[in-house]
Amino acid sequence: MVMNSTLRYLLKKIFKMIFTIWVVTTLIFVLIRLMPSNPVDRYIEEQMIIYGIGYEEATLRAQSLFSMELDEPILTQYISFLKDVVHLDFGQSLLSPGVDVMSIIAARLPWTLFTVGLGLLSSFIIGIVLGTLMAFKRDKWYEPLVSGFASFLSAIPDFLIAIFLLLIFGVFTFGTGHTIIPITSLRGNYSMFVTPGWNMVFIKDVLLHGLLPILTYMFSQLGIWILLMKGSTTSTLNTDYVTIAKVRGLKSSTILTNYIGRNAMLPIVTEFAMRLGFIIGGSLIIEQLFVYQGIGLELLNATNGRDYPLMQGIFLIMTSAIVLCNFLAEVLYVVLDPRIKLQGGRKANG
Amino acid sequence: MAEKTYKTLSSSGRIHKALKQAEYAIVHDKVGFIGFLILLAIIILSLISPFVFPVDVESDPSMILQGPSREHILGTDHLGRDIWAQIANGGRELLFLSFVTALLGMLIGVILGAFSAVIGGKFDEIMLFLADVWLSIPRFPLLVVFSGFFTLNNATLSIVLAVLSWAGIFRTVRSQVLSIKERDYIEVAFMQDLSLPHIVIKEILPNMMGFLAVNFTLLMRSTIYSQVGLVFLGLLPLEQNWGVMINLAWTQGVIYNPRTIMYLLAPTIMICLLILSLVWIGKALEDVFDPSLRK
Repeated sequence: MVMNSTLRYLLKKIFKMIFTIWVVTTLIFVLIRLMPSNPVDRYIEEQMIIYGIGYEEATLRAQSLFSMELDEPILTQYISFLKDVVHLDFGQSLLSPGVDVMSIIAARLPWTLFTVGLGLLSSFIIGIVLGTLMAFKRDKWYEPLVSGFASFLSAIPDFLIAIFLLLIFGVFTFGTGHTIIPITSLRGNYSMFVTPGWNMVFIKDVLLHGLLPILTYMFSQLGIWILLMKGSTTSTLNTDYVTIAKVRGLKSSTILTNYIGRNAMLPIVTEFAMRLGFIIGGSLIIEQLFVYQGIGLELLNATNGRDYPLMQGIFLIMTSAIVLCNFLAEVLYVVLDPRIKLQGGRKANG
Repeated sequence: MAEKTYKTLSSSGRIHKALKQAEYAIVHDKVGFIGFLILLAIIILSLISPFVFPVDVESDPSMILQGPSREHILGTDHLGRDIWAQIANGGRELLFLSFVTALLGMLIGVILGAFSAVIGGKFDEIMLFLADVWLSIPRFPLLVVFSGFFTLNNATLSIVLAVLSWAGIFRTVRSQVLSIKERDYIEVAFMQDLSLPHIVIKEILPNMMGFLAVNFTLLMRSTIYSQVGLVFLGLLPLEQNWGVMINLAWTQGVIYNPRTIMYLLAPTIMICLLILSLVWIGKALEDVFDPSLRK
């Protein structure tokens, strides 16, 4: 019985995940193919005007670029489009013809995953520790300072934090005559003179270039973790089972990890996945600020250059990543909070 | 007839109560009060600045990228125009746009959320599912992709943002309405066979005004984020606002010229202040209307 409802819960979530990706795919198909003056029609017209070729030939070129069969009825096109998406085949880039969209994504995605992942992880760890600490030190003088700073961080947009960081690290000299980090090290993924590979020079250079994006992601999320963890630990501290655990004379470290930590973490785990969507959205602006060659900057360049196949590919990959993370968070939630199984998939507490 | 007088009396009582609550909401919380003052200052500045601090329309090549001085307290930009005047005028459009967008977004979210919760059943389930799906689509990248297909301006952006933000408000409003729905007087209203719009608009919504006000400030905040973000990326037409100033300061390479860093720093700080004031006001309102949230 219990096993059954867990299974049903997971199946429902998997269905939701696939449905979401399908909605986005369809949205993109409609935007690219069915809107009046859509990019495919425009591309064909352009080719006919620029190269003076016939409609047939232009259509052929468009077909190979967008990987669509333009002569087929719209439903067949749609189905083959879905098939291509399932095989991660998004056609070729318009701006750099002959290059597969997927290979561009594969080259750019690791950089974004590296900075976003490291930033999110470090903010999570620091935030959880600070938040728990603040919950225990509620009567100390520095607690309002930390909480105030946390709510400041959680309020202001990430790209403004990025600007502040850039000013502090790369512009202001603080009377020493030079900036903390030379500003050329704050742009791009790595310096021109280093050779990529597993050597110390390269790794150090990559970390230096990635430092500000990582710090931006960290600071932009840090406030939320501190506030959430402080709130949920404070409410856990006053529960009966913690009091009983103390009365039973359990070690305070056991109480902290097994009784307080586990319950206080619950609401935060789902938040972790929710934040990912925000961060990936923010990465567009942050990678532009630091000229960091990640997936966000690539989407921006694709949009500015009207490179539709690339746009659709990147957007689909981004959405899939976020949806997948949401799904994993929901699975993790079941593992952490067994109450969910009994309630037939409804979240036990909000 | 008698019923009608009763209604007006009760509604005037509500307005009176709301005013009293608003007064308390503004004053009771120190941080909230500061937020309120900041917002008020920005609003007043936006209203009087076209007359008091008009933006320079002509460029002055002899005054390009000057540091702060007596005539130009924040210095000048890359065309020799006064930065303070631009700061003073830069908030109006942002405030107006975010207000209109939040209003539109709230309208869509509240109508859908309230009716979905009251109607319940399969309809509610499907709406909730769709909202969940919609929420997991990254909003900002979607906006960027949209801007590749349509040319956005402030009016269309406002509508697009409002439509995009329906799901979040829908979810919160729906859960709020669900809890109000359980109360006795709603049951009484149902037993009296009052119409659905009447129950939603007259009985349920007035009881969640505080909740709506809080969400309104949150929505204004996310609108400002999206608008400034899009402007910074150069995907919106450049008009007179703080986001545009950041964009221009950035593209003109002000960061390599620390003397005129105010061109970049001033609008950044102003946007921070505006957003912080909204967040603080929202927090203060939350305390007023929902004492159980006090920590």
